[in-house]
Amino acid sequence: MSTAEVFPAFVSRKSFIELDGRERAQSLFDQNAWTELVGPFDRAESPWLPMQGIAPQADDGCIVIKGKIGGLSAVVVSLEGAFQGGSIGEVSGAKMTAALDLATKDSEAGKKTAAVLLLETGGVRLQEANLGLAAIAEVISSILALRQHAPVITVVAGTVGCFGGMSLAAGVSSYVVMTKEARLGLNGPEVIEQESGIDEFDASDRALIWAIHGGEQRVGMGEADALVEDDAEKIASTIREYVKAGPAFEHRSQQVKLYRDRIAALDTSQQIDPMSLRQEWSSNKNSGGAR
Amino acid sequence: MNEHVGLRGRAWFQALTGKNEPLTGDPGSVLASSSLLGNEASLFLCVVPNPESRFPCVRDGQVGLEEAYTLATRVREVIDEDRDKPKAEKRPIIAIVDVKSQAYGRREETAGIFLAAATSADAYASARMAGHPVISLVAGHAFSGGFLTHGYQANRILAFDDAGIVIHAMHKEAAARITRRSVAELERLGHEIAPMSYDVKDYAKLGLLYKLLHVENPLQPTAPEVETVKQALIEAIQDARAGSTDLSNRLESDAAKQTRKASIAVRTVLEAQWQKS
Amino acid sequence: MEQIEFDYPAANRHITKKAHVGVVGSGDMEVLMEPADGDGARVTITTSVNGFQDSWKAVFDRFFSKFDGAVKIQINDAGATPGSVLLRLEQAVEVIEQ
Repeated sequence: MSTAEVFPAFVSRKSFIELDGRERAQSLFDQNAWTELVGPFDRAESPWLPMQGIAPQADDGCIVIKGKIGGLSAVVVSLEGAFQGGSIGEVSGAKMTAALDLATKDSEAGKKTAAVLLLETGGVRLQEANLGLAAIAEVISSILALRQHAPVITVVAGTVGCFGGMSLAAGVSSYVVMTKEARLGLNGPEVIEQESGIDEFDASDRALIWAIHGGEQRVGMGEADALVEDDAEKIASTIREYVKAGPAFEHRSQQVKLYRDRIAALDTSQQIDPMSLRQEWSSNKNSGGAR
Repeated sequence: MNEHVGLRGRAWFQALTGKNEPLTGDPGSVLASSSLLGNEASLFLCVVPNPESRFPCVRDGQVGLEEAYTLATRVREVIDEDRDKPKAEKRPIIAIVDVKSQAYGRREETAGIFLAAATSADAYASARMAGHPVISLVAGHAFSGGFLTHGYQANRILAFDDAGIVIHAMHKEAAARITRRSVAELERLGHEIAPMSYDVKDYAKLGLLYKLLHVENPLQPTAPEVETVKQALIEAIQDARAGSTDLSNRLESDAAKQTRKASIAVRTVLEAQWQKS
Repeated sequence: MEQIEFDYPAANRHITKKAHVGVVGSGDMEVLMEPADGDGARVTITTSVNGFQDSWKAVFDRFFSKFDGAVKIQINDAGATPGSVLLRLEQAVEVIEQ
């Protein structure tokens, strides 16, 4: 009798969140059908961190792996959330942009190559400030170029989540996959509490945080596409489906009138109840607005 | 310096277009105008403070939900109207940038400001990719999510060269707190580490700017100064039209080849390994 | 930040593989282990925590008392404990001895 027969599935489930950035990327590919590019032994490190006494990481916290997902060409770019909070520096940003651009070049030449972005990041690496910010602008641009030809799939699994400028990268992606544990937003709770006060956002209120930024809310709001259990095989299988699906027919970030009307219909006289807004937006998904 | 955020943007919008109002139906925080630049109609856009905003966290010149979706609407209008025009006739879009930051608010996060910002960036980038010359004029502050939403997808970026211009990822006090340094230490680091500097002259070393412009009184420019700036914008438009519709020019300047050499190197290595894999 | 180097000339066994283990997270480190350029083993440590040279030497003396591979070891460290360092080194050895 095998372990799979004796123990229920949830025990043999392998957590995706517990994998580091490299393992997460590797787990998405068909067996033995992947190669890491500009890996640690290429030592493409940050030139800026040692100048301020911070130990660099040999891959600058960004792992690029190319190969086959469900038999189709794909590149995965994975941010290591444990290194500098997954933040974007000059080199990590350049690796991501370059991978997207090469996928675009191949796609334009007839070899459609999808991109999967594993975003565990707080946004710009403040120790590289303006080069991090510029790199994010370039990542956004490169996603927009690729997504016409092949899908760009963002995965936010947690525990870092996807915040700051990189939340725009999620926003322009073809598809966004999240877990319940994950969070996605422009500003994290601590930053809002700092900038606008504790009444605006109490950063210690975990229920509030997940009610607004959590995966279930984002998917429920129609701002992300799939809510998947923290299970490496289920996430890989979801990614395979989206790679197979190809480019999105319509991109969320192009539905200007829908969202402009939704914003116009908001009652801003007090804070907005996230669950009520979720129900309202999912009930008028295809209409131009509430009125 | 901080109290001028938004004022310089409005001043330059007015100086360049002769107008000072949002379009009918738009929120008071977005100035938009189709105005002549040289002999060509161009769309000018500027985000300004709106103390009467429905959104409390947007009243000092932050870029929030309404701002982002209004920008996206106006940009996409121009894309649609010029859809069948040849590339040389696609109208320029001029983003005048003087924004405090993105909006830091619970309403904003609840209603998905990340997507609003993405939608605006998408519109600007789509205009650029369709062949519209998109030019940003940083007239004041350009921070973080605000700049990503309004201005950073441009073909060419121009900025004034004085201390009122700050382009950065986060204002000093917050950046100091998060990186656990004092503001003085942060400023000192900025002298040695160009990407961390708050000085626009150091920003220029990153190779991302098309031109630095000098004006004696940025809040009240003289007519000749306005003409000089208009001419610089026209040259930027021509330069944009002659180049690529992507952002590759940001790695091609002499300054970029120096300060962003790690980016250039890693792109080269990645490409070589990609071809072999 | 400190850069520390050690040489272990007696570590001469020929090695062919390389291994990378770890993440430069708070309290952690990464190891890049590969065949040495010449004879003996060389260790280079970049650490954001200063003042622990003796502690690093003790860890590596202990490591090389049991391991004789001619390896080049690079470490990027953000405050790993000696126990964690040894663990990471052992993980790397497992990969190269496979």
